[in-house]
Amino acid sequence: MTNKTMPYAIELRDISKRFGAVQANKDICLQVAAGTIHGIIGENGAGKSTLMSIIYGFYEADSGHIEVDGQRVQIRSSEDAIQAGIGMVHQHFMLVETFTVLENVMLGAEGGALLKQGIDAARIELQRLAEEYSLDIDVDAIVEELPVGLQQRVEILKALYRGARILILDEPTGVLTPQEADHLFRILKALKEQGVTVLLITHKLREIMASTDNVSVMRQGEMVAHRETAHTSKEELAELMVGKKVRLTVNKDEAKPSQVLLSAKHVSQFDSQGVKRLKDVSLELRAGEILGIAGVSGNGQSELLNVLSGITTMDEGEIEFAGETISAKTPKNAAQMRDLKMAHVPEDRHKMGLVTGFEAYEAAVLGYHNSAAYNGKILMNRQAMLDECKTRMAAWDVRPPNPHLKTANFSGGNQQKIVIAREVEQNPDVLLIGQPTRGVDIGAIENIHEQIVKLRDSGKAILLVSVELDEIMALSDRILVMFDGAVVGQLDAKDADERTLGLMMANAFTDPDSEQSNEKGAAV
Amino acid sequence: MSQAKVPAWVNVALIPILNILLAFLVSGLVILAIGENPIEAAGYLIYGAFGYDEGIGYTLYYATNLIFTGLAVSVAFKGGLFNIGGEGQAYIGGLGVGLICLSLDHTMPFYVIAPLAIIGAAVFGAAWGYIPAYLQARRGSHIVITTIMFNFIASSLMVYLIVNWLKEDGRMAPNSRTFEENAWLPYLHELLSPLGIDIGDSPLNLAFIWALLCCVFVWGLVWHTRWGYQLRTLGTNPTAARYAGIDTAKVTIWAMLISGGLAGFVGLNEIMGVNHNLLLNFTAGYGFAGIAVALMGRNSPIGIILAAILFGALYQGGAELAFEIPTITPEIVVVIQGLVILFSGALEHMFKDRIEGFFIRRAVA
Repeated sequence: MTNKTMPYAIELRDISKRFGAVQANKDICLQVAAGTIHGIIGENGAGKSTLMSIIYGFYEADSGHIEVDGQRVQIRSSEDAIQAGIGMVHQHFMLVETFTVLENVMLGAEGGALLKQGIDAARIELQRLAEEYSLDIDVDAIVEELPVGLQQRVEILKALYRGARILILDEPTGVLTPQEADHLFRILKALKEQGVTVLLITHKLREIMASTDNVSVMRQGEMVAHRETAHTSKEELAELMVGKKVRLTVNKDEAKPSQVLLSAKHVSQFDSQGVKRLKDVSLELRAGEILGIAGVSGNGQSELLNVLSGITTMDEGEIEFAGETISAKTPKNAAQMRDLKMAHVPEDRHKMGLVTGFEAYEAAVLGYHNSAAYNGKILMNRQAMLDECKTRMAAWDVRPPNPHLKTANFSGGNQQKIVIAREVEQNPDVLLIGQPTRGVDIGAIENIHEQIVKLRDSGKAILLVSVELDEIMALSDRILVMFDGAVVGQLDAKDADERTLGLMMANAFTDPDSEQSNEKGAAV
Repeated sequence: MSQAKVPAWVNVALIPILNILLAFLVSGLVILAIGENPIEAAGYLIYGAFGYDEGIGYTLYYATNLIFTGLAVSVAFKGGLFNIGGEGQAYIGGLGVGLICLSLDHTMPFYVIAPLAIIGAAVFGAAWGYIPAYLQARRGSHIVITTIMFNFIASSLMVYLIVNWLKEDGRMAPNSRTFEENAWLPYLHELLSPLGIDIGDSPLNLAFIWALLCCVFVWGLVWHTRWGYQLRTLGTNPTAARYAGIDTAKVTIWAMLISGGLAGFVGLNEIMGVNHNLLLNFTAGYGFAGIAVALMGRNSPIGIILAAILFGALYQGGAELAFEIPTITPEIVVVIQGLVILFSGALEHMFKDRIEGFFIRRAVA
């Protein structure tokens, strides 16, 4: 593997990329040997997609450089990447659905003003590629009529047709059925045997273990480990992925859970494509407890929060809350849920929790803007909003304490304090809180955790969603683990340790095959 | 992200002024190309628009229409809606005014007709905005497409109504009978002359004052009511709007109702203020020019007033220019107007990055 005479197919040196305040990639080094399948694993938001976009020329790195076959290359656009022999299969296909396979493959490489010549050449070349890599496909089929697995094959052919020797696949199995996924991995093996280098981006441990030669782990924008797949295990990778930090300690007494405030029964939800995102989720939330929802991001936690808070409606099941039964037939929107004294700190404060173009005092009433406290007869009571914002900024130590500053210009931690203060100060019965400390500095984390525990001790029910295991373990009294839209495990916080949780989060605690076959119908 | 460091006046003043100057520079080249002196032409244009009382009156009369349509575009835009249908809404708003005037001018005094005409303009304009709004909010049809289509429908509908129903009997001209004088909005020069103020003879009428009141109304509505709060939330972050429990469909529909109503007020100025009868094509493209006005005025009422006056000046000064230098035909004047719209609307971001970059670098250094 570390053969000195053979240059790496692709090598990244100290790649860094920053988007505003977010360091998406930090000093990334990566060496991929030619003719191997190299997995890159990490949670959503770990920086994998940014890194791949840099390799494929969508973004330019702030610093660092890329070498292909030992030659330093400048990749400023996808044309440069194709020139360097890099091809990419995107998570969401970039195909013209109404074109045939042949037309899609030759798109951008027509080879002249008249199509005839190009079509003929492409037909011959495609036949060759299909034989060489056993990528059978009807080249005259219309793409939109093909199943998803075959569409993906078209994407692969597109890359190969342009002479790609390095193939990047971004979450390729996200849209595939298990059978299609297996087929994909057979294709990748065939490609590898022909000397193609494959970079496989995923957050699914099973795929990494099943198909790669080497694996690199990313966490929070950094490359944290490189392993040979044969010499690692799911457990180790899971731990590397979620990180093993100094255990946060939160001072809290034993929880005294009392009556059930909210109960969800068999809640399911489908997305617009008809894929089941929430699968038969049932849970009970009691006064005076913190219920933690653990899971790798993207396994249904966001959907759960959205359904519970009334932002989206469930398709099956029901929720009982504050004496009301909420179901698909009797939905309640977010404003109505607020009126029933449910507060919600959303996972993504930029996309959902704040209007970043608003001044702080305006963002500080979002969702409560109809409240009498902020309104006169006709006009909004600006002075009341400003006064309250100032008081809260002092109480929650928001810096700078300037209610007129645009929310976009506060740091992450201070933005989060504005959101949490807004929700908590309404004195809700139930607080849904997603990723409370994402992108928040250490000092603020402690403060936020204290406030959450204080709220619990005053007899409120808290549902905490976090991808940070430490946070889940430090705060929760009871933990549910979500995987692929379903609750796959429940434990008492006292019995939770990182290893158990990590395995549950990867759904490696149960037989993965039986789980996979359940979802077959929904995924198609 | 960069807004923190770029002084506000750069975005509010410097960039728009640069864009206009560039438009005039290119216009100058056009005038040079047809063999006329651009400096002289600019002189006529500015004198025509601002140099004497009647000129100013005409400029403000044109600006009145543009304030209404500019406000209409901006209210919709604050909610993230691109209302291209100001033209049709103005047209139908004029129908509302015309119907009120035609049915009441024999029996009612002015102070009854005027408020009813205002309501008529608003209701008819709003109704014309409602249908595309409903289709967008509840049926997912794109508002840009539907509002464009409704311009054509409005145009055909007006021809049908005027030719078949509202035309004066025994006349060839496709317009209604002239209203009695008690259904005319008074000209400002008539109102001011008893006070000893002479502002020259122009079509500028009471609708201009109403336009300014509408600016105050829109400012209060968008920035100081909870409805405006919901509108701005929806326009800048629809996800946050759903999170906040805002009924986005309802806000969308109301935004278009208000937008259409504002556009409908063009009918007050044109039908009740100047023409005094219901006629074809009185909207003359004001609905479309309103898009440029709103863009240039950054969707703020003050900005819209200023931009409307600029465009009004181009209309009035341009007419004067075409009169003084016959080789500069009205079509060339339209070219100049087009260039201003092009540079301040479509190309408004051409210098933005570079200028902001300059100020950011300066702030860092």
